[in-house]
Amino acid sequence: MEKNKGRSRFIVLCVAPAVILFVIFMIYPTLNVFRMSLYERGAYSPTETFVGFNNFKSLISDANFIRSMQNTILLIVVVTIITFALALVFAGILTREKIRGKEFLRVVFYIPNILSVVVISGIFSAIYQPENGMLNSILSMIKGETVTILWKGESLVMVSLIIAMVWQAIGYYMVMYMASMAAVPQSLYESAGLDGAGRITQFFQITIPLIWTNIRTTLTFFIISTINMAFLFVKAMTSGGPNGASEVALSYMYGQKDAGLYGYSMAIGVVIFLFSFLLSALVNKVTKRTPLEF
Amino acid sequence: MKEKEKLNHHSGDTLYKVFIYVVLILLAVSIIVPVLWVFMASIKQNSEFYGNPWALPLGFYWQNFVNAWTTAKMGDYMLNSVLVTALALAILLVVALPAAYCLSRFKFWGGKFLNTAFMAGLFINVNYIVVPIFLMLRDGDTFLKNTFGTSFLLNNLVVLAIVYAATALPFTIYLLSGYFATLAHDYEEAAYIDGAGYGRTMIKIIFPMAQPSIITIILFNFLSFWNEYIISMTLMSSATGAKTLPVGLLNLMQAQQSAAQYGTMYAGLVLVMLPTLILYICVQKKLIQGMTVGGLKG
Repeated sequence: MEKNKGRSRFIVLCVAPAVILFVIFMIYPTLNVFRMSLYERGAYSPTETFVGFNNFKSLISDANFIRSMQNTILLIVVVTIITFALALVFAGILTREKIRGKEFLRVVFYIPNILSVVVISGIFSAIYQPENGMLNSILSMIKGETVTILWKGESLVMVSLIIAMVWQAIGYYMVMYMASMAAVPQSLYESAGLDGAGRITQFFQITIPLIWTNIRTTLTFFIISTINMAFLFVKAMTSGGPNGASEVALSYMYGQKDAGLYGYSMAIGVVIFLFSFLLSALVNKVTKRTPLEF
Repeated sequence: MKEKEKLNHHSGDTLYKVFIYVVLILLAVSIIVPVLWVFMASIKQNSEFYGNPWALPLGFYWQNFVNAWTTAKMGDYMLNSVLVTALALAILLVVALPAAYCLSRFKFWGGKFLNTAFMAGLFINVNYIVVPIFLMLRDGDTFLKNTFGTSFLLNNLVVLAIVYAATALPFTIYLLSGYFATLAHDYEEAAYIDGAGYGRTMIKIIFPMAQPSIITIILFNFLSFWNEYIISMTLMSSATGAKTLPVGLLNLMQAQQSAAQYGTMYAGLVLVMLPTLILYICVQKKLIQGMTVGGLKG
C-alpha cells in the first residue's frame, strides 16, 4: 500500500505540470475559438454578447473572405502538386542513381527548412525586386533588354508566393522520401530490370507503390501545414497585399483580430479548422490502398 | 546492328545522366546563390545597390552590421531571442521528459485518456489559437491591473517562453514516448531491487539512455523557437517593449521599404540566419537522421 501511494504521487508529480500547461495554453484556447465564434466582443472591454451564428452568416457574403479562401485552396492544390512531384522525382533520382556529391546535395536541399520564414521573405524580396532584383536582372540578361516585372504586383503575387513556398518545402519532403525509398530492397529493381522494365516504369510500378503509406501520411500533413505556411509567408512577404490579392484564410483571420472583431475572427478560424479537417479526411479516404509488403 | 543499338542505348543513358545533373545542380544553385547573395549584400554600401545586383562588393562595409546591431537594436533582440529560446527549451525539457516517461511506461487511471489528448494536440496548430491566447493574457492583465495595480502577462519574455514550451509539448511528448516505449522494463525492475526510488530510477537510469532523443528534441525545438514570429509578434506587441529577432527583422524589413537602408536590412538578415546555419552545418547528419526517425512535424 505504501508503495502504491508513492507510485501515485510520483505519477501525479511527473504528469501534472505538462497537463496544466497543455490545458491552459492549448485546450482552453482551442475551446475558446469555437465558443467565441458565437459571440461578439468589444474591442477593449471583455463584455461579450451572444449572437448565435450571425458571424458565420456575415462570412458567406464577405467577398474578402471568399477571396482569401480561394487563394488558400489555390495554394493547397498547386503547392502540394508541385512540391510532391518534384520531391518524389528528385528523391527517386538521388536514391536510385549513382550521383556524385549526393550527400552534399542532400545537405543543400534541406537548408530552406532551417531558415525562418521571415528570413526567406527577405531573401525573396531581394529576388523579386522590380529594379536590381536577382530574377529580373537574370531575365534582362537572357532577353537582352531591361525587364521590370512586378513580381509582387496584383497579377503575379500568387505565383511568387507559390515559388517561395515550393522552394521552402521541397527539401524536407525529399529527405523524407529518400529515407523510405532506401528501405525498398535492391533485388526488386534488379529483377524488374531483367524483365526489361525501364527507369520510369520501375519508378511508378515499384518505388511509388512500396512507399505509398509514407506518401499518404505526408500528403495529409502537407495539406494542414500548407494552410499554416501560407499564413506565415503572406504575413511576412506581402501582408496580404496588394489590395488583398494575396490574402489567405488565416491571414484574413489575423487581420480581423487587429481590427478588434474577435468573434468574427474566430468564426473564420472555425471555418478553416473544419475545412482542413474535412479536406484531410477526404484525402485520406481517396488515397486509401491496400499497403504492399516487402 | 546489335553494336549500334547498344551504342544508341548508351548515348541515351549519357544524355539522361547529363540531364539529371543539370536539373539537380540548378536546384542546388537556386538555394545556395540567394543565400550567398544576402551575405554579399550585407557588406555592400547603400550606393552599390543601385547598380548591377550581381556585382561583387567593393569592400567590407562593416558599418551595416554596426547599424543593425545598435541603431536597429538587433543586438538587444538577439539577446532576447537567446533568452527566450534557452528558457523555453529548459521549461520544455523539465516538463516533457517526466510526463512522457510516465505516460509511456506506467499504467494508471486516466493514462490512456491523457495519451489520446496529447496526440490530439498534435493537430492543434498554434496559428489557430494565437488570438485566444492573446485575449486570455490581455484579460489577465486587465484583472491584475484592477486588483494589484500592475500587470505582467503581455510583453513579457518569460511568458512568451512558457507559451512556446506549452505549444511544443504534444510533439515533444509524442517523440519521447515513442522512444521510452521501446525500452525493456528490466531496467526499472533492476533499479527497484537495488532500492532506487521512482524519481531516482527515472533521472539516473532512463534519462541518460534517452540522450539521442533528447538531442533531437533540442535541435528541432531550438529551430522552431528561434525562427518563430507569429506568437512573438502577437504577445510582444508593445511598440517600445522587448522583441525577438525575427520580429525585429520583420520591422526592419518594413521600415527599409521607405528608408532604403538596404545594407542594414541584409546585415539583419545575416544576423538572424547565421546561428541556425552554423548549427545546421555542425549537426546536419544528426538533424536529418532525427527527422526521418521522428517522423513528421506539421
